[in-house]
Amino acid sequence: MIQTENLTKRFPCSTPRAGREGAEALTWLTAVDGVTFDVAAGEILALLGPNGAGKTTTVRMLASILTPSAGRAQVAGFDTVRDARQVRHAVGLLTEFPGLYLRMQADEYLAFFGELQGLSAEQIRRRTATLTERFGLAQARRQRLAEYSKGMRQKLALIRAMLHDPPVLLLDEPTSAMDPHSARQVRDAILDLRRERRTVLLCTHNLTEAELLADRIAILCRGRIVALDTPARLKAQLLGPSLLEVRLADSLNGYLPGLTDLVQVEEWGDTWFRYRTSSPETTNPALLARLAAMEARVLTLSEVPRSLEDVYLRIVSDGGDDEQDR
Amino acid sequence: MSRTAEPPRPMAPGRQRSNFKVVGIIARRELRDTVRDWRIVSPILILTLLFPWLMNWTAQTAIEFVQRREATIIGERLIPFLLMIVGFFPISFSLVIALETFVGEKERHSIEPLLAMPITDLELYLGKMIAATALPLLGSLLGIGVYLGGLYLSIGWAPSWSLFIQILTLNILSALVMVSGAVVVSSQTTSVRAANLLASFIIVPMAILIQVESVVMFWGNYHALWSISVGLVVVMLILVRMGVKTFNREEILGREIDELNLARTGQLFRQFFVQPPGGRPGSRAGPQASPPLRLLHWLGRVYRHDLPFLLRRNWMPMAIVLLFAIVAAGIGWAYVARYPLPQGMLRLEELSDQEFEALSNVSFLPALRTESIFAHNVEVLLLAGLAAVVSLGVFAILLLMVPIVLVGFFAGQVAWLGYSPWTFLATFILPHGLFEIPAAVVATAFALRIGASVTAPREGLTVGEGLVAAIADFVKVFLFLVAPLLLVAAFIEANLTPQIVLWAYGG
Repeated sequence: MIQTENLTKRFPCSTPRAGREGAEALTWLTAVDGVTFDVAAGEILALLGPNGAGKTTTVRMLASILTPSAGRAQVAGFDTVRDARQVRHAVGLLTEFPGLYLRMQADEYLAFFGELQGLSAEQIRRRTATLTERFGLAQARRQRLAEYSKGMRQKLALIRAMLHDPPVLLLDEPTSAMDPHSARQVRDAILDLRRERRTVLLCTHNLTEAELLADRIAILCRGRIVALDTPARLKAQLLGPSLLEVRLADSLNGYLPGLTDLVQVEEWGDTWFRYRTSSPETTNPALLARLAAMEARVLTLSEVPRSLEDVYLRIVSDGGDDEQDR
Repeated sequence: MSRTAEPPRPMAPGRQRSNFKVVGIIARRELRDTVRDWRIVSPILILTLLFPWLMNWTAQTAIEFVQRREATIIGERLIPFLLMIVGFFPISFSLVIALETFVGEKERHSIEPLLAMPITDLELYLGKMIAATALPLLGSLLGIGVYLGGLYLSIGWAPSWSLFIQILTLNILSALVMVSGAVVVSSQTTSVRAANLLASFIIVPMAILIQVESVVMFWGNYHALWSISVGLVVVMLILVRMGVKTFNREEILGREIDELNLARTGQLFRQFFVQPPGGRPGSRAGPQASPPLRLLHWLGRVYRHDLPFLLRRNWMPMAIVLLFAIVAAGIGWAYVARYPLPQGMLRLEELSDQEFEALSNVSFLPALRTESIFAHNVEVLLLAGLAAVVSLGVFAILLLMVPIVLVGFFAGQVAWLGYSPWTFLATFILPHGLFEIPAAVVATAFALRIGASVTAPREGLTVGEGLVAAIADFVKVFLFLVAPLLLVAAFIEANLTPQIVLWAYGG
């Protein structure tokens, strides 16, 4: 549903630079640099990256708001440059800022965007009722948006993006400024979108959320994709083989020397030890068999959770520091 | 829905929308937003209902007063003037609304969801234009209605249809000029505050325009109002073109926005001035070379590359200026038939040194000395550059046309008096004109480019950057080409031209 090929965006930038002789004063800032990825129907791709990495510019190109300087993108089968109008109809965009008209009521606001999307009055009425109910805004439909809390505004912006039932959703920080309950509602809605085979591109700084929702994660740094894979594979690639922990009912005394030919123990305590293996399917059964033979009473054997944050920080620290917003 | 199902499609549009419908949807929302803002509505209401009534009273009082002193003409002129004022005051709010509508959306980040809709830039532009113009225009019409109704009921005065249409046209055009100007201003800022500061570029010319209209109306020359209307149409078309060019998704979200930063502007000017245009290699003198040597290399590059490149790049404005120069000469020639000099008034064969020296006593002409002529010509052409900035290049061309009209006029007079115009041109004009005319054409063309840079900045540059680049080009060409040519021309005009004239006509 989303396909990009060498997608590149350069902005003119006339800031004078010392020592630049031999060219006109105009220089170019490359915000997105040869980005290639695809997102299938029913898939959620999380786009992560530091401020200024090029996430928002990528989203704007996919929404046919900005024209790529090079490369191309297709959304829902439409070319983002040639078929801009169709792309804008096929995409639901949640922008970085809700950007609401605060003197309007929610109903009026949604009707306005519904009309621009070409929906009939009946379609608008039906979708407004369904979505406001789903996000808990049904009671506030006749309230002026200036009276909405930050979280309510964010939810209304999400409803605006979903109003015309688009097959592709580009969501920039969908749960920012939301309380835990509202954030849960939105996350559930995003998972529902996946179940409905919609394609979701999720830009977020919330790594837990990305790990929870995304099928794959792309990390952008200085306009380039520096990592793109499932969360599990990214962890394996960057943090090494899984770290496993065994907990025993008794003290560890005497057991470890008998395990050295099977695993390399990295850490241990009074009743537990941790080891790393790249082939858990063979190592773990053998280890359990050995411990059973030693009459050790095993309580648990589990993988030590490793956060996406570790992966992200590793990649981003390799990829460079924050730049100005792109 | 199962995982294997076809991906969903967006909800089908209810019916095919026309462009006008989209424009209407946008305009309706904007209007609704505006009428909910008491800060905008209450002054318009006051200007619509209270102010016309006050003007009504003023008109009646003034008429009674001047009738007692048998100066009825003042009253006759005052009533239409107040009609224009009553109509214009609500119109002035179109500027406030337009700035709020265009730049306010950017500032509040509400523009991006709109840009993500399946609408064109032009539909969005027109919708906002209509919204910004409609309410003040309605206020203006209501105000005019209240004023005229009151006058008709009190003293039985009603305007002629011609005057009524003139005032309406002027008001509508003023509103459109202000709104289209506001769009251009908005495209250069990201905050309403900055836009309000830049709005003086609209307010000041409009204030001057109102003063001109006032003079015209008190003078009673109502036909001149049509000329002003035509002028407003031209300005509006230029501003709309600029607005359409700058109000698009790429410019709104994908551009650096100009800031009023004098230090940066200075740096940018230096960069445009020092560096070669067209991305050619810089100075060949290495960084170790002494400053005078580097300067020499730089000057060499300016003459070898920069000036030929700039002249080639600006062939179009030069051609336009040349065309206007020819037209000006034709106009001058054509005026001979209307204002012929009496036969025998001009005797070229009697010209003498003393008469050339006497030219110094004509107040608007420089003394017949190299430095005076040079200074005069430099002043005029620099003024053309300055005037171009505020007049979109129009004044620059007018400044060039005036002396050429005179040349054409005198050449025509000479012919009318039985002399050969070719000899006249070859002796009076050609010797110094060989240098002065190309210098004037080049300088005016680059001044015209300054004006045009505001309406159509070079690709990739903001309006401000384009303006700085055009000024840098103008300064470079002026310093290294125009000024030397003017100096040579001034020397010839002061020292050789009179001798050639005297030699040719045997004085």
